[in-house]
Amino acid sequence: MIQFKETSLAKVKEIIARYPQGKQKSALLPVLHIAQVEFGGWLDVPVMDYVASLLQIEPIEVYEVASFYSMYNLKPVGKYVFEVCQTGPCMLNGSDDIIDYIKSKLNIGVGETTADGMFTLKTVECLGACGYAPMMQLGKNYREHLTKGKVDSIVEECRNKAN
Amino acid sequence: MGRKLLLEKVQVEGIRHYDVYRREGGYRSVEKALKLQPDEVVEEVKKSGLRGRGGAGFPTGMKWSFLAKPVGVPRYLVCNADESEPGTFKDRYLMEFIPHLLIEGMIVSSFALGSNTSYIYIRGEYDWIADILEVAIAEAKQNGFLGKNILGSGFDCEMYVQRGAGAYICGEETALLESLEGKRGNPRIKPPFPAVKGLWGCPTVVNNVETLAAVVPIINEGGEQYATIGIGKSTGTKLISACGNINKPGIYEIDMTISVEEFIYSDEYCGGIPNGKKLKACIPGGSSVPILPANLLLTTAKGEKRLMNYESLSDGGFASGSMMGSGGFIVLDEDQCIVRHTYTLARFYRHESCGQCSPCREGTGWMEKILLNIEKGKGKLSDIDLLWDIQRKIEGNTICPLGDAAAWPVAAAIRHFRDEFEWHVNNPEKCMTENFGLRHYADPIHVPA
Repeated sequence: MIQFKETSLAKVKEIIARYPQGKQKSALLPVLHIAQVEFGGWLDVPVMDYVASLLQIEPIEVYEVASFYSMYNLKPVGKYVFEVCQTGPCMLNGSDDIIDYIKSKLNIGVGETTADGMFTLKTVECLGACGYAPMMQLGKNYREHLTKGKVDSIVEECRNKAN
Repeated sequence: MGRKLLLEKVQVEGIRHYDVYRREGGYRSVEKALKLQPDEVVEEVKKSGLRGRGGAGFPTGMKWSFLAKPVGVPRYLVCNADESEPGTFKDRYLMEFIPHLLIEGMIVSSFALGSNTSYIYIRGEYDWIADILEVAIAEAKQNGFLGKNILGSGFDCEMYVQRGAGAYICGEETALLESLEGKRGNPRIKPPFPAVKGLWGCPTVVNNVETLAAVVPIINEGGEQYATIGIGKSTGTKLISACGNINKPGIYEIDMTISVEEFIYSDEYCGGIPNGKKLKACIPGGSSVPILPANLLLTTAKGEKRLMNYESLSDGGFASGSMMGSGGFIVLDEDQCIVRHTYTLARFYRHESCGQCSPCREGTGWMEKILLNIEKGKGKLSDIDLLWDIQRKIEGNTICPLGDAAAWPVAAAIRHFRDEFEWHVNNPEKCMTENFGLRHYADPIHVPA
């Protein structure tokens, strides 16, 4: 059965208390973030149904939100997700080359996951780091001023962490 | 160098935390404001001439005065920290390095508007910054600047951070409110405006991060004093996030009297173009505003030096000017391809269109595909006119301004760089290996007819 950890449940309660009585649906985005972290990096249908029951809303209200926002993954992803920005300012600073390099290094295309389930490559649109381009998001943080060498060391770092 | 009002203390060691921030004079504006009547605070903001720093540039004091005040209905202040306009990364800097400035500005603004619960809606990707803000809010609360009966004034205020989840459209204020209510970010039809029916149907003011931070110096120094900085209707200071092909990308706080030329070439700001290359073009206010070729960027069509402020950047309208927008300043050097750059922006808007209005939902996708074709040398000359036609049919025909924002970059690129689009069509082999650059333009750069 799908259930949040105690600490997450307490967090959900605290979030719901931020809104007026009866407006607990407002907690949907933050609770989906918690769910995605806790349940393997993506939102499976039973997970979304569980969130719906927690917030006392219809499952469809969760699906329509989860499918709207690009940060929610509706399919399984690798342990580490490289989200590389490709919008104008990053493009001016060589993001196309970085994306090509990651593709060849990991031998995957955009939207794909390596066979060992370690890495997923996603391209994203502007993450607000234009002055520090090219860049990617990795988990909670940004990796900026990317070079091929930096990509190598990030891949290395992830592999070491996983071992 | 002009005066700094927002970033003056940003380099002080430990300024991210309450103790240092307070020691450096932080939270004085709260002490001052809580001794005034809320309307007096609004009046100071009106006198300051502060204009919304998110992009639209609407006078903040006037926006505040529209707030409906029905008896017994809560009012809300919501901070728009959904910074997603390509080229814009100023709010991030402010929140990451001096978070208490935003919180201080929000407490004063909440008092002025009568909001007892205020929310900061931050883009989901700024995950670590949401944590920084939550720490700062907790510190402010521990020290009596948030919570019940702040400084014994009888004013209560709670503040919460809410993360979005990756949607540019949520920077549009009604989409933001929908998102904050736990829904898809579909903009609402206006009227009613948020000032009358906003969050959960209650009167709401939505302001940008930088706007709310600017309330601090306005209250500390007085609105009239603030209005003496800058020029004309561009009062105070503005944060500019500079990026693209420049030597010193980053955040600059400017008073709006300096010229665009100084901003690009002075070592105090962008430090010029790397590798001695020439300036080709620039988008001065975030990806949505019109791109300008170098000559029109530095000098208006009337032959005056163009300045970094609202009036001067928009001088000449869209025929020969642009906009201040969000202050996202994107510089393109002589080797950049306008077609490819415009294509990446069109792809961005297609990705970010919420899909509610068909001109935007369909049109952004068509523009992206046509631009990619032209970029790859597979376009026809008639495609350029087709692009022009599509963007005209999007502009003004959508519920929210995303349609306009998607149309303008394409329109401006064609308006000023049509030769380059035609060159792509006429040179299908060359255009993937060679850049049109500046070589084919008349010196210093193509001047539109």
